[in-house]
Amino acid sequence: MLSRRIIPCLDVRGGRVVKGVRFRDHVDMGAIEELALRYRDAGADELVFYDIGASPEGRAVDVDWVRRVSDLLDIPFCVAGGIDGVERARAVLHAGADKVSINTPALQQPGLVDALAAEFGSQCVVLGIDSVRDPDGEWRVRSYTGDPARTRSEGRRTLDWVREVQQRGAGEIVLNCMGSDGVRAGYDIPQLQAVRAVCTVPLVASGGAGAPDHFVAVFREADVDAALAASVFHTGAIAIPDLKDHLSAHGIEVRRA
Amino acid sequence: MVDAGGANLGSVRAALERLGATPELTRDPARIAAAERLLLPGVGAAAPVMAILREHGLVPALREAVFARGVPLLGICIGMQVLFEHSEEGAVDGLGWLPGRVRRLPAAPGLRLPHMGWNALQPRREHPLLDGIAAGQQAYFVHSYAADPGADTLATCSHGREFAALVARANLAGVQFHPERSGAVGARLLANFLRWSPA
Repeated sequence: MLSRRIIPCLDVRGGRVVKGVRFRDHVDMGAIEELALRYRDAGADELVFYDIGASPEGRAVDVDWVRRVSDLLDIPFCVAGGIDGVERARAVLHAGADKVSINTPALQQPGLVDALAAEFGSQCVVLGIDSVRDPDGEWRVRSYTGDPARTRSEGRRTLDWVREVQQRGAGEIVLNCMGSDGVRAGYDIPQLQAVRAVCTVPLVASGGAGAPDHFVAVFREADVDAALAASVFHTGAIAIPDLKDHLSAHGIEVRRA
Repeated sequence: MVDAGGANLGSVRAALERLGATPELTRDPARIAAAERLLLPGVGAAAPVMAILREHGLVPALREAVFARGVPLLGICIGMQVLFEHSEEGAVDGLGWLPGRVRRLPAAPGLRLPHMGWNALQPRREHPLLDGIAAGQQAYFVHSYAADPGADTLATCSHGREFAALVARANLAGVQFHPERSGAVGARLLANFLRWSPA
């Protein structure tokens, strides 16, 4: 039986891992390679590296660190941030990333999803979706979420966008529920359930993890394939081996490294 | 390492280097025909991999190495799928060196495609390639098509239906999962392949 995946997300800037998701004051946490191996050893099933400087600053991911991480790691990893075209995706994938995640560029140019799927296969193409419940009760997507000053609503309904990107060839969707992000009060189960109902590719929950029971709830109630988190892992609030023990005790299939 | 395109060439090479091997990546038929051991990685789809093998004259080179010289060959993911007779994906004929066909995994509620993530291996019989790999240990899979289990299947996996996760017939072998991204299990499989001397 396919295991549910636990995915730490590491924010990368200037070749270092930094802490402070979507905040201005970033604290250096160490070398990318060192943290990647630490999470691998702890039993992470996959890693996401988010180049937080890339998209708002209008520059693309430099691939040297991608190559170094790829040569070290023996688990899959995805690179997000700054991938705005086929050639950038090619550089990152050929440097060894298993997948690329695109968000704002896909909203600006939806055909990019088709182009990436045709060129590299759907299994490489992850759609990152930042979504908020608007006052009228509809979930809608946001772009440029890396920089609060530039974040804007695209007017697209989240469920429509989820359907569209699958038709265009997305192989996986990461739904970042911005309303719960950083609050550590649990994943946004109703929103994830709604997306799950229209999502036939793997779905990754993001935003809100604060306690082991939040992971139990998101797997059980929203039937997501993977759960992504950052701060609870980086601060040591949750250790991945303990989390997997907890999930396993609740009857959720996980990989024991 | 046969360069049949695909983005995982670098990660397969790095995995072999971590084991102390020094692989050469090539599309040169002469180098492939003379190799001591061959890996055929592949991601994407069967048709582009077969197109590269044919366009670069690599099929006769592989045949020379595998059948005339008895060199061990390991196909990875699409590189395994093209060893079979036919793939439903793009309706393409494979090399036909292993009997069987590659079919799409079933889609059903609660069953996502691609089959992406860590899943358990179920060995069917003992084999040097399975040394140190126990039933239930997990490997990393990313695919939507797979070969049905058959006489050459050493280990299966299941996602909607049971499929061949590891196959071997004489000196030909294939894995559906990605050993380069399967942690200690993947490293063990590659190490087993590097010292495999099929009779």
